[in-house]
Amino acid sequence: MLLLLAILVGVLYGAAVYLLLRRNIFKLILGLIFLGHATNMLIFVAGGLTSGRPAFLRGVQDETIGMSDPLPQALILTAIVIGLGVTAFALTLVYRFYKVTKTVDFDELSENE
Amino acid sequence: MILVLPIILPLLFMVVLIFTRRWLAFQQGFSIFASIMLTFVSFLILTDVQQNGILAIQPGSWDAPFGITLVADLFSAIMMITTSFVAVIIMIYSPGFIDKERQTAGYYPLVFGLLMGVNGAFITGDLFNMYVWYEVMLTSSFVLIALGGSAEQLRGSIKYVTINFVASIFFVSAIGILYGQVGTLNMADLAAKMRTWDEPMYVNSALMLFFIAFSIKSALVPFFFWLPASYHTPPMAITALFAGTLTKVGVYTLFRFYSLFVVFDQQFWMYFILTLAGLTMFIGVLMAASQFDIRKILSFHIISQVGYMVMGLGIFTVGGIAGAIYFTVHNMLSKTNTFLAGGLVYQRSGSYDLKYLGGLYKAKPFLALLFFIPALSLAGIPPLPGFFGKFFLIKGGFEAQQYFITAVAILTGLFTLFSMVKIWNEAYWKKEPEEVKEKGKVHPSALLATSLLAAAVILMGIFAGPVIDVCLQAGEQIVNPEMYINAVLKR
Repeated sequence: MLLLLAILVGVLYGAAVYLLLRRNIFKLILGLIFLGHATNMLIFVAGGLTSGRPAFLRGVQDETIGMSDPLPQALILTAIVIGLGVTAFALTLVYRFYKVTKTVDFDELSENE
Repeated sequence: MILVLPIILPLLFMVVLIFTRRWLAFQQGFSIFASIMLTFVSFLILTDVQQNGILAIQPGSWDAPFGITLVADLFSAIMMITTSFVAVIIMIYSPGFIDKERQTAGYYPLVFGLLMGVNGAFITGDLFNMYVWYEVMLTSSFVLIALGGSAEQLRGSIKYVTINFVASIFFVSAIGILYGQVGTLNMADLAAKMRTWDEPMYVNSALMLFFIAFSIKSALVPFFFWLPASYHTPPMAITALFAGTLTKVGVYTLFRFYSLFVVFDQQFWMYFILTLAGLTMFIGVLMAASQFDIRKILSFHIISQVGYMVMGLGIFTVGGIAGAIYFTVHNMLSKTNTFLAGGLVYQRSGSYDLKYLGGLYKAKPFLALLFFIPALSLAGIPPLPGFFGKFFLIKGGFEAQQYFITAVAILTGLFTLFSMVKIWNEAYWKKEPEEVKEKGKVHPSALLATSLLAAAVILMGIFAGPVIDVCLQAGEQIVNPEMYINAVLKR
C-alpha cells in the first residue's frame, strides 16, 4: 500500500510539473490543482499509514495504544480548503485575462515587457 | 493576552471596512486611525517583550506542544512595529494615489487582511499555523495585485499567483515530512526534539524544502524572476506596500527557521546561505542597473537588498544578526519611501520611464529631496540608516572572518549607489526631454505620506544607537534559540 501511494504521489507530481510547463494558461491551473493534490497525498503518506484503528478513544486507560493519528488528515483538510480557494481565484483570473486579451497563450502573456 | 491583538484587530477592522465599502471618506479616515492603532499595539508588545523577555500564550488553553502557541520575541515585535508603521504611511498615501474605483472595490479591507496575515506569520509558534497565515497574507495580496484588472496587472498576477502557490506547496510538503518524522508541529517543541534527534536525513530534506519555499517568497537567487515580473504592475501604493512587507516576511521566516531548526550540518548551511546571499546581492543590483523603468529598477533592488539581510543570517553572530535586523527595518522604510517617491514622479510627469522624465530637480526641488533621502540611505551614505545597517553587517562579516562575502557586500554597495544615481540623473537632473507625457499634479496627501516616511528614515539614522541596542538584544534571542524554546515550553 505504501509503495502504491508513493508511486501515486510521484505520478501526480510528474503530471503537475508537466502541466505547469505548458504554454496554455488553463493547463497551468490544472497543474496547480494536481500539485495541490500531490502534496495532500504526500502529507497523508508521510504521516504514517495505519489501517483499521480509530482516531479517538473514550474510556481506555492508556489512550495512545491502538490509536491512529488524526492530525495529518486535519492538515490535509485545511490544505484542501486553501487550495480550493486559490484555484477558484486563479480560474477567475485566467477567465478575466482571456476576456481582456482574447488569448490563453503564455507567449502573449510575456509580451510588452 | 495582548499577543492576540495584532491578529484580532486587523480582522475587526477588515469587517468594519467591508460593510462600509461605499463611504469612501470614512474608509480613508478609519484606515489611517486603524493602522496607527496597530502600530501602537505593536509598540506595547515591544516594550512588554523588552521588560519581561519572550512572551508566549496558548489561545486555545491547550498546553504548549499540543495547542497553537503565539510567541513574540524582540525580532517579531520589531518586524510588526515596522510593518504597521509602513501601513500607516501607505494608508495616508493611498487616497491621493489610487483611483476611486479601486478604493471602493475593497482596497482598504484587503490591506487589513494582508496585515492580519503578516502579523500572524510574525507571532505564530506553530508550523502549520504559519502556513495558514501565509495563505491569509497571500490571498489578500493576490486580490490586491489584480485589483482593477488591467491587462498588464492580470499578466503580473498570473505569474505572482502561480509562483506563490508553488512556494506554498514546497512549504506544506516540508511540514508534512517533518511532522511524519518528528511528530510535532509546535516550533519550539520541534526544535527541542531535533536537538536530540539521530536521523538527520529527513530533517535535512524537509529543511531544504523550507529553504526553497522561503527563498522563493523572499526572492533569493535563483528564485527571484517572479518579483520584477509582477511587482511593477499594480498602482505604486500597492507595490510599495508589497515591497515594504511581503518579501520581508519570507526573510523573517528564514531567520526564525534557521535559528530553531538548523542543528545538523551547520557548516554546509552556513556556506550555502552565504553563497546565495552573495549571488543575490550582486545579480540583483546588476540587473537593476540595466533597467530603464523606475519601478523595475526599484524591484530589482529589493532582491539585492534581501541578499544583505540573508548575509547577516549566514554569518549568524549576534552582531551579524543585529546588523541584518537593523538593515531589514531600514530597508522596509527606505524601500517603501523610494517607491512612494517614484509614485510622486509619476503623478507629476505621467510616466515611470526614465526616457520621458527629466528636469524635476529644477521644477520641484522638494520632490527631488524626497527621493534623494531614501536613495542615499539605500546606497549607504553616512548620516542615514542604510550606512549603519551596512556598517554593522560588514563589521559582523569581518568579525566572523567571512572576508569574501563582506567584499561582495561592499562592492554591491557601490553598484547600488550607481543605480540610484542613474534614477537621480535621468529623472531629476537631466533636462526635460522634448517628448513628454501629460503632466499632472502631486496630491497633497501623497506628498505628506512620503515626507513623513522620509522624516522617519532620517530619524532612524539619527537615533541609530538606541535602535541598534534593541536589534542587538533581538540578535541575542535569535542566536540562542534555547531562550525561545524555554519560553514556549515553560522549562
